[in-house]
Order: sequence, then structure tokens, then C-alpha cells
Amino acid sequence: MALLELHGVESGYGAMKTLWGIDLAVESGETVLLLGANSAGKTTLLRTIIGLLPCWNGSIRFEGVAIERLAPDQRIRRGIAFMSELGGFPTLTVEENIRLGGYFLSNAVVRRRSVRLFELFPDLARKRRDLAASLSGGQRKMLGVAKVLVSEPKLLLMDEPSSGLAPVFVKQLVDVLRISIGGGTALLLAEQNVAFLPLADRGYLIDGGRVRLSGARAELEKNDAVREAYFGL
Amino acid sequence: MSSDAILELRGVVKSFGGLLVLDDVGFAVRPGEILGLVGPNGSGKTTAINVISGVYHADAGNITFNGREIERVPTFRRVPLGINRTFQVPKPFHDMTVRENIEVAAYFGAHSGSARTSSEIDAVITEVNLAEQADALASQLNTNAQKRLDLGRALATAPKVLLVDEIGAGLNPSELSVIAELLLSLARRGIALIVVEHLLDFLNRITNRVIVLGAGRMLFEGTLEGASRNPDVVAAFIGG
Repeated sequence: MALLELHGVESGYGAMKTLWGIDLAVESGETVLLLGANSAGKTTLLRTIIGLLPCWNGSIRFEGVAIERLAPDQRIRRGIAFMSELGGFPTLTVEENIRLGGYFLSNAVVRRRSVRLFELFPDLARKRRDLAASLSGGQRKMLGVAKVLVSEPKLLLMDEPSSGLAPVFVKQLVDVLRISIGGGTALLLAEQNVAFLPLADRGYLIDGGRVRLSGARAELEKNDAVREAYFGL
Repeated sequence: MSSDAILELRGVVKSFGGLLVLDDVGFAVRPGEILGLVGPNGSGKTTAINVISGVYHADAGNITFNGREIERVPTFRRVPLGINRTFQVPKPFHDMTVRENIEVAAYFGAHSGSARTSSEIDAVITEVNLAEQADALASQLNTNAQKRLDLGRALATAPKVLLVDEIGAGLNPSELSVIAELLLSLARRGIALIVVEHLLDFLNRITNRVIVLGAGRMLFEGTLEGASRNPDVVAAFIGG
């Protein structure tokens, strides 16, 4: 049984259908890349899995349980976390943002995990009592990562985590994610940056709201069209 | 002022409260040149763009445009002079169409060289590859198209200096190729571009002259290749 299983998932905005029957699976501890052009449906897919968009048809199962009718907070409690393109509430401090990421955990657990997160993100440690609004774009992105990692999710959904990050922070982020994967977190991430490729076990190419191609990382890397369009290799 | 520079910064300082964000920053850019502005997150790149475009005023130093000191000139007067910009996160008027967004920019940035007739507006829309979506609401555009609209709004004011803030973020390699070609064509037309960017491969395709900022100070000025060999730049920006 896969950790996450989607069968025939359809979703969209208003009357516009954006996802047309997506089948996808993520195994425990696995890292899966979503590839595709802008407007392909990657963000819609991630938002449908966490429940920010309704699943019109099809099923979403997490650890074998149907979750497509659950509210987002219920999905988070089951062990799914979502990091959108913008992380963090600007009018709260760095510490408060991280605390919110673990709002259903005890204060003691959040405090313990925060110590570890501040070791991983020294820039955030220095600004722990500053408002998120005072952070640079990239630092805000790191806060978004810290905010989702505090819940130590079984499955982490990430939408373009490298966007707007300097190379040095991309490397730091890849290292942090490697630690999380080592701790058993499965990752489903929409990402174009080739630096994330070594993390991936498998990938799906989404186009026009449909899965066009899927396979192990090595297979995708061998595909000339994928190499050129999505990895820039 | 450097002999043929259109824009020059000298000793620019900017702080927010006790936080020094730009510390003695100075560089120049010539017409038709693309200058890359890189550095780690929080190093002051966007603040430099904001000081040049007039969103913030420098605490000290000089900014000269076309031989004229402009640090006390407000943003809305810098646009007709010939300075415009794009944003990391584009904020078009969502309830207006692509065409209306560009018309508004052209109207408020109007000067003798800016787009005024409907065929000039069409030319801008075509240049940023939005002709098929000209009558679509800005809210219906994806990230890539919104970035091109943002660029179109700046181009409608016929800038002589264009400040481009992280236009590559979130775009895939094929989308980046299109943007790179577009920026190169603008430079060939004589526009000076200052491009803030983290994607070094992308930057390498459009320019080889970069300024590296670190904690508000200029760490390096020279070629990208030189930057990649500079230990300070590697430690602060590229990573080992």
C-alpha cells in the first residue's frame, strides 16, 4: 500500500477543469518530482491533495484511508504538510510562524524541534524575534520550510521551494531536505531546479492537467525532451 | 560620471532603523549593457533596485541618471525620465485585461518616447508574447505570463534603464530561454538593464558583467567566471 494514492483525480477553479484524471502514488520515504510547464497543473494538484481545492472526482487515499472529503487541517493532522510558494505570515515573528506550523503539537515538542530547526537555519535563528515581514524573500522561503518541517510530516508537499533562493541557500535547502528524507519524510515536490534531481526517486511529467510520463529518475533523465525542457541539461 | 554611463551610483547608503542594508554601493551601467546584480538573499539587491527606482531614498551617496542627480526625484517622475522596473512578484491590476494594464502604464508613464497609439501598445504586447491573451484578465495569466506582462508594462514607458528583479524565478529552462532572448533584444535596442537574478546559468546567457553584494557591501565586480572563483563570493553566495 502506497503512502499516498491518487486515482482519476479531477479538480479546477470555478467551471474550469484543470486536472483531468490524475493517477499518482508516493511510497513511504520516497521523493517524487512533479515536472511540467507553468499552467500544467502542478500547483493545482498539490493544492487538491492538501484540500485547499476540492477534489471533483476520483479518490485520494493516504495510508489507505480516503481523505478527499476531509478538511485541510484534518489532512495535516494525519501527517501531510504543504509548503506553498510563499511561506510565513508577515505580521507574526519567525518563532510564532514556526509555532503555528506545529499548532496541534504540545508546546514542549515545538520548542524541542525549534532548537533543531534553528540549528539548520542559522539566519532564522538570528531573526527569531523579528517579524516575518522583515525577512528577505529567500529568508521567508526558508521560514516556510521550517514552518512545515516542525510538524515532522510523513508526506511533505512543496511547490517550487527553490524559487527566489540564492545558490548557497538552494544547497542548504537540499541538505535540509536530505536530512528530512533520512528521517522518513516522503516528498512530493514541484521543482524545476536541477539541484533537486539527485534527491528524487521518481517523477511525473504533468501537461495540460494529465500525467504524460512517469518513471524512475534515471528514465526521465534519459528522455531527451524532459532533459532539455525541465532539467536544462 | 563615468564617460558613457547612463546610470551611476556612488557611495549609496541605505539603512532601516539600525539595519544597514546598503553600505557604500557604487556602480555604473551603459546604454545597451546588461549588468547582473547577484548575492545571497538579504544582501540588498532589491533594496538597490528600490533606491534606483525611487521607492526608497538613499540616506547618503549620489545617483546620477543621464548626467542628472536624481536621488530626490520621486518614483513617478523617474519613470518619464526613463527608469522603470519589474517586480519579483508581479502585481498587475487583476481585474483589467492585459491590454488595459499596458495602456495604464503607458498613460501614467507618458513621455515623448513612450507607447501612445494603439499600434504602439500592440507592439509592446507582441514583444512580450501576449498577443493571444491581450483581452484576457491579468488574473487569468500564469506566473510566466504575469512576469511578461510586468515587463510589458515597463516597456510601454520606453525606459532607458530597466531594472529586472528575479524574472527567472519559477520558470523552467524553456521558459527561461524565451525571457533571455527578450532581454538580449532589449539591450540590443540600447536599453541598459540591471538584472537581479539567482539563476547563474540564466544570467550567464545574457551577460558576463556582474556585481556581487553581500550584507549590503560590494563583494565583487567583474565577470561571472571571476565571481565563481572568488572565495568570498563562493562562501556567501554560491556555496562550496
